[in-house]
Amino acid sequence: MFDGFTAETLARIQFAFTISFHIIFPAFSIGLASFLALLNAMWLKTRDHTYLALFDYWKRIFAVVFGMGVVSGIVMSYQFGTNWAVFSDKTGPILGPMMAYEVMSAFFLEAGFLGIMLFGRERVGNGLHMFATLMVAIGTLMSATWILAVNSWMQTPAGFVIGDNGQFLPQDWWQIVFNPSFPYRLTHMVLAAYLTTSFVVAGVAAWHLLRGRDGPVTRRMFSMAMWMIVITAPLQIFAGDSHGLNTLEYQPAKISAMEGHYQSHPDGAPLILFGIPNPAEKRIDYAVEIPKLSSLILKHSLNAPLDGLDKVPDDEEPPVTVLFWSFRIMVGLGFAMLGVGLWSLWRRWQGNLYGDHWLQRAAVMMGPAGFVAVLAGWITTEVGRQPYTVYGLLRTSESLSPIAAPAVGASLLAFIIVYFFVFGAGTFYILRLMAKGADGDGNTHDKGPLRVAVMESVKAQPGE
Amino acid sequence: MEFDLAFIWAGIIAFAVLTYVILDGFDLGVGILFPMSRDSGERGVMMNTIAPVWDGNETWLVLGGGGLFAVFPLAYSVIMPALYMPIILMLLALVFRGVAFEYRWRTERWRKVWDCAFFGGSLVAGFMQGVALGALVQGIKVVGRAYAGGWWDWLSPFSVLTGIAVLAGYALLGATWLNYKTTGELQRKMRRLARPLAAATLGFIGIVSALTPFLDPVYFQRWFNLPGSLFSVVVPSLVALAAWQLWKGLKHGDDLRPFLAALSLFILGFIGIGISFYPHIVPPSLTIWQAAAPDSSLSFTLVGTVVLIPMILAYTAYAYWVFRGKVRAGEGYH
Ligand code: HDD
Ligand code: HEM
Ligand code: HEM
Repeated sequence: MFDGFTAETLARIQFAFTISFHIIFPAFSIGLASFLALLNAMWLKTRDHTYLALFDYWKRIFAVVFGMGVVSGIVMSYQFGTNWAVFSDKTGPILGPMMAYEVMSAFFLEAGFLGIMLFGRERVGNGLHMFATLMVAIGTLMSATWILAVNSWMQTPAGFVIGDNGQFLPQDWWQIVFNPSFPYRLTHMVLAAYLTTSFVVAGVAAWHLLRGRDGPVTRRMFSMAMWMIVITAPLQIFAGDSHGLNTLEYQPAKISAMEGHYQSHPDGAPLILFGIPNPAEKRIDYAVEIPKLSSLILKHSLNAPLDGLDKVPDDEEPPVTVLFWSFRIMVGLGFAMLGVGLWSLWRRWQGNLYGDHWLQRAAVMMGPAGFVAVLAGWITTEVGRQPYTVYGLLRTSESLSPIAAPAVGASLLAFIIVYFFVFGAGTFYILRLMAKGADGDGNTHDKGPLRVAVMESVKAQPGE
Repeated sequence: MEFDLAFIWAGIIAFAVLTYVILDGFDLGVGILFPMSRDSGERGVMMNTIAPVWDGNETWLVLGGGGLFAVFPLAYSVIMPALYMPIILMLLALVFRGVAFEYRWRTERWRKVWDCAFFGGSLVAGFMQGVALGALVQGIKVVGRAYAGGWWDWLSPFSVLTGIAVLAGYALLGATWLNYKTTGELQRKMRRLARPLAAATLGFIGIVSALTPFLDPVYFQRWFNLPGSLFSVVVPSLVALAAWQLWKGLKHGDDLRPFLAALSLFILGFIGIGISFYPHIVPPSLTIWQAAAPDSSLSFTLVGTVVLIPMILAYTAYAYWVFRGKVRAGEGYH
């Protein structure tokens, strides 16, 4: 099936495939773990049953998502060795300790307290149960911190020397962990996880509202998610912009490719909104541009010169087409998210947050948007790093394990089949859990004032 | 003398791997024994004895791999490609078995499918771990800083033998664990199963121990010269003691004793393997000092490890304490 591919290409596809599946689950479970901790705290504080109902509702979904995250993550931690052995040998002294810290300070924390969070409320009481829930949430954030330190170091390496045996040797751990792109990447990723979760929660709530399964729990869910979007969407755009400025400083070729700047612009670069990259001719066809805007965004001056890919040797140029599109997808979704947030704010201000069917439809449509944006973002980041695994220092082609192409082809095929089967089933079960109304499918007894209007459609729903 | 950091780390990694083997050992063992019960409720009980703790158990595997990457990167980058197939198969098997914990409760129609996944995943994962061990004992070809063999080198009669041996041992751990955690008919069934499994485990320990010294003259020397020969006497007698305890415990119908005795068997077997290996980490080519990361990596990681591992052990013990006692039908949050 994979005849004609080199072992390198196959290993890259396999890594990209497995990590892309993996990141979907953390993007959701980082946000959900914090959301659950918040819900449980609110329930303990206010004793308002809607919080407890929401906690129990999302807890089940969390358990399934988390399980998928764990099994796909274990695959990742071994794949460095199986497929990128030279890379592992060379970077092990630097990346290994950070990953070991991730295991010890994050994975054990999550795993150790997950059981108590899911099964243990009756056994340990509310206080310790809250503690366990909090530990799981903190664990997910610690995990993100360490793995992003690892990834950021590969993008912007610092604090090392290269030893006689070719290994990267640590010199200053502070510089290694807090390498130049780490704070930006961490902020951007954690916000991304929160946004992703908010849109899923909002989408589920909106779907039930549209079906007339209205009630205090569903409303609370919708309202909380919308607040979260209002707060995080603008922050994310700001964080993304700062991240881009940082990248311009350390990986200018990546920015040129994202922006589609094949040519240097000595006196003010235009912002290319859309167009079709034409790698053969090294230009963007049919470009729709706003003059000088790119220089304004990236250099804060209309006429600032901006280098293009013509300044980069051909064998160090990242693939422009992929970056050009993935970046636009992410940014486009970011602004669409901001739009939904503002829309909800306007409706809330009018006192009609739950009555606008178009807002609800938009929320359902945007439910999976976070996942798409996260994947697009990572593709931008990782493909933009090519042809290096450690930027500027270690090429992807020199990172590979000595494994024959048929072995990698076979494992890749196995991953594809197993992942689609297993995670497909998991997604189906999650959707089924989401399809159950949080207010008990409209059979709740406390009917809010607006509920009378929708009672007809509720009756039409088959009870489960 | 300075601390020999590589030596300390070899001890820590060995500890992590041992902890993994005994914790996930009984946990995989429960999966391997799944078909022994045809009753869905009983299977639910079997699974629920480990549901709150399996994730923690498996995290030791991540620590084993991640730890190796951190402190013996050269060993990590030689062993993983050498064992490419068994590792990938183990990972895929763990995917199936890991998701079964949740999926099983999410569907009526497909419950059988996920029960199968739980059993098959546990079986393949356990077998591949044993195969990997056997292949490692047999030795890995290294040239320069890289693996220099083919992608089928791991497969040999010896590695298949160790694969089956590990399966028998895991099943024994699982049976004695279930004897400890369950009641009634299920407990009786597990107690009955534990005897043949114990016999099989001991038999395999005997065969593998008898073969190992002849795989490589180095192993022979370690076992039959001082100081190793001291252990050659002590370890087998301790194994005999553990076996006797296991037998008595099963006969008396004790809850906990058979499980502890089975754990001791595993610990002793592990010490035996340690004697064969030391001071190599990748036999026959790399010693722990050759494979070690520079001291700056070792000490940076050690500082956190000595603080975090005791904490991890403490809250892991606490989690086991919270879920102590027998598991009965119908428990769980599902
Ligand atoms: C710890 C490091 C690390 C982290 C956190 C990530 N990656 Fe990565 N990624 C790599 C380490 C890496 C790598 C080992 O360096 C690869 C393997 C091959 C390569 O060129 O770089 C890589 C390649 C790679 C590629 C293939 C690029 C190419 O070959 O053109 C894609 C699409 C992704 N990754 C996607 C992701 C996604 C969606 C991530 C979100 C979690 C992610 N990566 C996180
Ligand atoms: C190549 C990179 C990565 C590796 C090797 C890796 C490894 C792992 C492993 C082994 C687990 C399972 C832990 C357990 O046993 O409990 C896991 C889970 C997790 N990972 Fe990753 N991971 C990677 C990328 C990421 C990224 C980029 C993030 C987030 C920013 C992330 C966040 C998490 C979180 C939050 C979990 C907990 C389980 C879950 O939420 O689904 N990981 N990862
Ligand atoms: C519209 C505003 C946004 C801007 C300007 C922006 C900017 C950027 C830039 C420049 C990068 C690449 C950094 C690099 O590799 O050097 C990036 C990566 C990324 N983006 Fe965005 N982004 C925006 C919105 C979003 C949204 C809405 C999400 C998800 C919900 C998201 C998720 C990500 C992720 C996961 C990455 C990869 C991780 C990282 O490098 O931080 N972004 N973003």
